[in-house]
Amino acid sequence: MAWHRKVLRVNLTKGTCVAEPMNMEWADQYLGQRGLATKYFVEEVDAKVDPLSPENKIMFVTGPLTGTMASTGGRYSVVTKGPLTGAIACSNSGGYIGAEMRFAGWDMVIVEGKAAKPVYLHIENEKAQLLPAEDFIWGKTVWETEKLIKTKHQDPQMRVCSVGRPAEKGVLYAAVVNDLHRAAGRSGVGTVMGSKNLKAIAIRGTKGVGGVVKPKEFFESVNAGKKVLAENAVTSQGLPKYGTQVLMNILNEMGASPTRNHKDSQFEGAHKISGEAMHEKRASDGKANLTTNQACFGCTIACGRISTIDPTHFTVKDKGGYLGNSGGLEYEAAWALGNAIGVDDIDALTYVNFLCNEDGLDPITFGATIGAVMELYEMGVISKEEIGFECKFGDAKALVKLAEMTCQGEGFGKIVGLGSKRLTEKYGHPELSMSCKGQEFPAYDGRALQGMGLAYATSNRGGCHLRGYTVASEVLGIPFKTDPQSTEEKPELLKAFQDATAVVDSTGLCVFTTFAWGLPDIQPQIQAACEGDWSLEKLNLVGERIWNLEREFNLRAGFTAKDDTLPNRFLVEGIKNGPLKGAVTRLDIMMPKYYELRGWDAEGVPTAETKQRLGL
Amino acid sequence: MLKSLNIDPEKCTGCLQCEMACSYENEGVFNTSKSRIKVFDFHHEGRQVPYTCTQCAEAWCLHACPVDAIKLNAGTGAKIVLDDVCVGCKVCTIACPFGTVNYNHDTGKVMKCDLCGGDPACATACPTGAITYVNADWTGLDKMRKWAAKTDTQPRA
Repeated sequence: MAWHRKVLRVNLTKGTCVAEPMNMEWADQYLGQRGLATKYFVEEVDAKVDPLSPENKIMFVTGPLTGTMASTGGRYSVVTKGPLTGAIACSNSGGYIGAEMRFAGWDMVIVEGKAAKPVYLHIENEKAQLLPAEDFIWGKTVWETEKLIKTKHQDPQMRVCSVGRPAEKGVLYAAVVNDLHRAAGRSGVGTVMGSKNLKAIAIRGTKGVGGVVKPKEFFESVNAGKKVLAENAVTSQGLPKYGTQVLMNILNEMGASPTRNHKDSQFEGAHKISGEAMHEKRASDGKANLTTNQACFGCTIACGRISTIDPTHFTVKDKGGYLGNSGGLEYEAAWALGNAIGVDDIDALTYVNFLCNEDGLDPITFGATIGAVMELYEMGVISKEEIGFECKFGDAKALVKLAEMTCQGEGFGKIVGLGSKRLTEKYGHPELSMSCKGQEFPAYDGRALQGMGLAYATSNRGGCHLRGYTVASEVLGIPFKTDPQSTEEKPELLKAFQDATAVVDSTGLCVFTTFAWGLPDIQPQIQAACEGDWSLEKLNLVGERIWNLEREFNLRAGFTAKDDTLPNRFLVEGIKNGPLKGAVTRLDIMMPKYYELRGWDAEGVPTAETKQRLGL
Repeated sequence: MLKSLNIDPEKCTGCLQCEMACSYENEGVFNTSKSRIKVFDFHHEGRQVPYTCTQCAEAWCLHACPVDAIKLNAGTGAKIVLDDVCVGCKVCTIACPFGTVNYNHDTGKVMKCDLCGGDPACATACPTGAITYVNADWTGLDKMRKWAAKTDTQPRA
């Protein structure tokens, strides 16, 4: 078994770190990572818990393939109840720390309680200890924290994940950032970590991952999978060359790029902030924004962007820092910091992206919240005096200032830190929050792509593209092409994507592999690595079980069918311009069908029969 | 024909497949800290660079070893550590100017690249061709070809 079967339980209130055996029965039912930690979470935590109270827990969890040679096998997830949403939160990250956790001999770290004073968790193989963070890394950024910890422990090979200042100050969408520019970004998982006075986790492992059940079959299936990735145009050419930014021009041209808080669906400046634009040489120093691509642990795709900011740009000119390379724009960030607020300045976007990495902020929610601020400003609801400066759509300087203020928790930045739902409610315009269950939508217009509209309304962690990426089918034709505007078969398509994604998120692999892989490519890798039966049928059932487990948690937390909805801008107003003018999201047609397919009653509650079928 | 590892850092993405292949080949586990090849991330420069033993002809490590635990494999040209002879004194780690011989505290021996007996696992695992196993006398051939293509570009008379 590729598992160590070992869980580290850290109680911050008591200051204890205790090893315990992993529940292998649950691993058999929920695979690993997202599924397994969610099972632990719902068993141990009351769904009504206040996300920022000591009673909430936060779990850092790997999958059975994390730390192996399976391509992209370096993922880990952070599972908790999200403060932005009040729903189950599960944010997934790459980089290297997930593998390092397994190298140290652990499959999962469960953190409970709250430390009296700020601490960080130091793990060196079986040795785990809580160390004081005060007068050391508390109050520091993620980038400073990683450097200080490595220096103190004299270990440059250590891997660190941490939260920045926004998490300490209670910004509701703080991220947990690892390896400088990889993030468990959404739903405010970093805010939970900060609320517990846990600043960072630093890991060093020299034990490694062994015990693959059938090594010969494992290497055969892993190598076959790598071959598929190497021969697929998206995973071997599009993603390495342009990153996820390969999508910017495609979505915009079809009129599916939500712009200026979803007021428009095409952004006239999209080509200036696209994947192609990142390759263009600038006048000042003759360099392109993009220096190189970079892989996460074990990944043979390598979609990561490593970028620089134009040294003459206003964001860096008088600062001195930020002149070297760091994690550059991926599509969701470029869209949220660009299209969503009408800014087409690629260097301003790259700078704010650096800030989000440096201090641990979800750029999607941040950008979408600024979109709402700018709309309210243009309506005259929020004044210049209140913000401190002009704040119209398209103002790069306003974006940059608001990002700095949100990271530092100063002035109007405190209000931006609430996210768009609370912010628009505060100003009496809740209809202007482009969110579902409190979490902002990402870079695909849910009116243009009917499947994505349904995906946003039904996602268990609030507005999100990564719970059922029907974009693959509706835009790219993977695994087959569907008409984006058609509602026909979309509930079926979405359910299949949601269940399959729940499986991928539980393996330790990256969901981007599914541009080329289907579950039949992944199944033999799991089967060879793990004990027991991991047939396709079982995997599909596991995916559906995970989805329903999350759903039931949300229902217990107080969500109802009424929350499976979208803003009026989606359902009534519709798209105002562009090729898809007039389009609305037809939840009225799709939702009843979706509930039926899921085996839920009219109130969106899994029926007794469904629960029995899934063993819930 | 003697072959040699050839590293082209420009092609490296930092995925560490080489490190895992190395640790699995030599230790039977996936563990980058047990790899004989290491990838260095010069983050702010945007460069990832793999580095390992280049198998010096006159190897410092071999000459420094007080118990003759490092031997030449004539077939591959690799300088290999004889684990049953090595006493873990680490003198070779001091002698090596490049840092590519290192101590493994789990075994109490030193470890270095042995070219996997002539079929290096790192080169096989590398997905981008950043690590290849080529004719030892002509590791510069690709670079020469690249530069050669840039010469003689004037129109012919």
